[in-house]
Amino acid sequence: MFSVEIFQEILLTINQNKLRSFLTCFSVAWGIFMLIVLLGSGNGLQNGMTASFKDAMNNSLWMMSDATTLDYGGFKKGRKIDIQNEDQTAILQNIDNIEYSSTRYTIPTSTTIVYKEKYGTYEVRTVMPKYKEIELIKMIKGRFVNDRDQSEFRKSGVISTEIKDFYFPHEDAIGKYIKINNIAFQVVGVFEDKDNWDNNRCVYIPISTAQQIFNAGHNVTLLAVTLHDMNLEKSKDLAVKLKDLFAKRHNFDKNDPRAVYINNNFENLDRNLQIIRGISIFVWFIGIGTIIAGIVGISNIMLISVKERTQEIGIRKALGAKPWSVITMVLQESIFLTTMAGYFGLVLGIGLLEIVNKNIPENKVFVNPSADIGIAIWATIILIVAGAVAGFFPARQAAMIKPIEALRYE
Amino acid sequence: MIRLNNIQKTYSTGQNKLHVLKGVTVNIGEGEFVSIMGSSGSGKSTMLNILGILDNYDDGEYHLNNTLVKGLSERKAAHYRNHLIGFVFQQFNLISYKNALENVALPLFYQGLSRKKRNVKAMEYLDMVGLKPWAEHMPNEMSGGQKQRVAIARALISQPKIILADEPTGALDSVTSIEIMDIFKTVNDQGITMLIVTHEHDIADLTKKKIVLKDGLIHEVIENRPHITLN
Repeated sequence: MFSVEIFQEILLTINQNKLRSFLTCFSVAWGIFMLIVLLGSGNGLQNGMTASFKDAMNNSLWMMSDATTLDYGGFKKGRKIDIQNEDQTAILQNIDNIEYSSTRYTIPTSTTIVYKEKYGTYEVRTVMPKYKEIELIKMIKGRFVNDRDQSEFRKSGVISTEIKDFYFPHEDAIGKYIKINNIAFQVVGVFEDKDNWDNNRCVYIPISTAQQIFNAGHNVTLLAVTLHDMNLEKSKDLAVKLKDLFAKRHNFDKNDPRAVYINNNFENLDRNLQIIRGISIFVWFIGIGTIIAGIVGISNIMLISVKERTQEIGIRKALGAKPWSVITMVLQESIFLTTMAGYFGLVLGIGLLEIVNKNIPENKVFVNPSADIGIAIWATIILIVAGAVAGFFPARQAAMIKPIEALRYE
Repeated sequence: MIRLNNIQKTYSTGQNKLHVLKGVTVNIGEGEFVSIMGSSGSGKSTMLNILGILDNYDDGEYHLNNTLVKGLSERKAAHYRNHLIGFVFQQFNLISYKNALENVALPLFYQGLSRKKRNVKAMEYLDMVGLKPWAEHMPNEMSGGQKQRVAIARALISQPKIILADEPTGALDSVTSIEIMDIFKTVNDQGITMLIVTHEHDIADLTKKKIVLKDGLIHEVIENRPHITLN
C-alpha cells in the first residue's frame, strides 16, 4: 500500500496545504510534548520525594520531651516531662521486637569547633552507637561512636565530610584533636549523610560524655526506636504502647496528646506515599486531558481537510479514482502527519526533560525527571488512530457520494 | 458505442420533484462528433453526467460499449470512467496544486502506471496540445485556453473510447474556443467518439451532428453538412 508514489503524493498535498498541515502537526506534537513534560515532571517530583525518604530510616519512631496538657494524679497541667536514660532501658525491657534504639541529648548552647587557627559553629549531636543505623549514616573513614566511648565517657567525635573538608582539607582527620567549646575531642571517624536536612554539617559525640560535660544528669531530649518488620498498623500500635509506658513511668494521663510527643515516621512515610499517588493520579488526569484535546484537534482538522478537498475528490473520481484509493489518500496523509508530528513532540519533550535534568542543581525535590517512553509511544499511536478514524468517516462519505455531487461541492 | 433507451431522471428537493429527463432515447455510434444542444434546464448536462457515469438514472437503459451501465458499484464505475471515458469540463477542473504535467498524468496514476511511464506519456500528450513548454507550470499560471488544453490532454491520456465535454468553451473567448474545437476535431479524426454539451450554436455547428434537447426530451437531431469548415 505504501510506496514512493504515494509518499510523493502526500508530500505534494502537505506542501499545498501548509497551514492545515502545520495545525495538524502542531496539535499532535503539542499533545505529545505536554504529555511527556507532564509525565516527566510528575516522575521528577516522585523521584525527589522517594529520594528524600531513602536516606532516613522510615521505620523509626521518635519521642521528644514535652509538657503535659492535662491535669493528672494531683499534678497540674503544664508540667515538663523529661525523658531519662532509664526510659530507654524500660522500653527495651517491656516492648518486644525493638530493632535499634538511641537517645539524643540537645546541647543547650551553641557549639564552636576549633582546630588550629580555624574555627566555626556547627551542630553537635550527642548520640548512642545505634544512632548510625537509625539515621543510615554512611561512614567514609574510621568508625562511629561505639559502646566503649559511651561507657568510658570518652571524648570522641565523628565529623561529617563537610567539616572534614573545612578543617582538614589536606590532611587525615582521624586521630586529630578538635576543640568543641574548648574541650578537646579526638576525631575517630568521618561520615557522609546527604539528605534534606543539615545532616552533613554536624559532629556526633557520645551522649554519656555530653550529659557529663553539660551537667544534664540522665536527661535526654530525644529517644528513637526502630522495629523489626514494621508496618503502619504495628507502628501505630507501638506508639500507643510507648505512650502508655511513659504515662505510667512519668505519671501523666495516657490520653495527653503531648507530655511526650511521639513522631511516627512510618505514618509520615505513608502520608507521603499518598501524596505521591495523588501527584501521579493528577498527572495522568492532565495527561489524558491533553491527549483528548489532541484527538479533538486532529479530528476537527481531518473533517475540515476532507470538506476542503471534496471537489478535488470529485475530480479524482471523474478521472477514475476508486473509493478505496480516495480513502487511503486521506488516511495516509493523516497518518503520515500525525506520526511525524508525534515523533517530533516526543523528541522535543524528551529533549527538554534531558536539558532540565542536566541543568538543575542537585536537590531533593525534583530528581531525574524522565518520562516513560512506552507511554509516550502509546499516546502517539492513540493519536494516529484517532486521526485516522476521524479522517476515515468523512473520507468514506466523500468517496461514496456521486462524483457529480462532489464536483459541484463548494 | 452509446445506446440510450428511454432514460428517465428526476431530481427531488424536499417536496419538489423535478423531472429532468423524460425518456431520452438516442444512439451514438463509434467515431461520431456530436453536440448536445438545448436551453438551460433542458436536461443536457444531466444527460452528459449520466453518460459519464458521474450520476445515476432512475429508469431506462444505458449501454456503453455494449455494456449495460446500471446500478454499478462505485468501484466498477470508477473503472469505466478511467478506461472508457475522458472528461472536459467548463471550469477545467484541474487540481490546483499540481502542475500541468502532473494533472495530465493523473488518470494513469489510477491505472497503476509507474511515475516514469506516466510522465513520459503525459509529456507526449501535452506536446500534442502544444503545451510541452508549459509542463512545469501550475494551473493558475496559465490562461483559460491553456488550462482547457491541459484538461483535454488529461482526458485523452487514458486513450478513452469517448470524450465527454460539458460546455468546454463556456469560459473561453471565441478565438480560443475555435482553437479548442480544432483540437476536438483532430481527436475525433483519430476515431474517438466526441460528445460536446453546449448552448452556443456556432460551437455546435462545428460538430457533425446536433442533438437538440427540449424539456427533457430529444427535440430533433440535425446532421450538419460536412462541407462546413473552420474560418
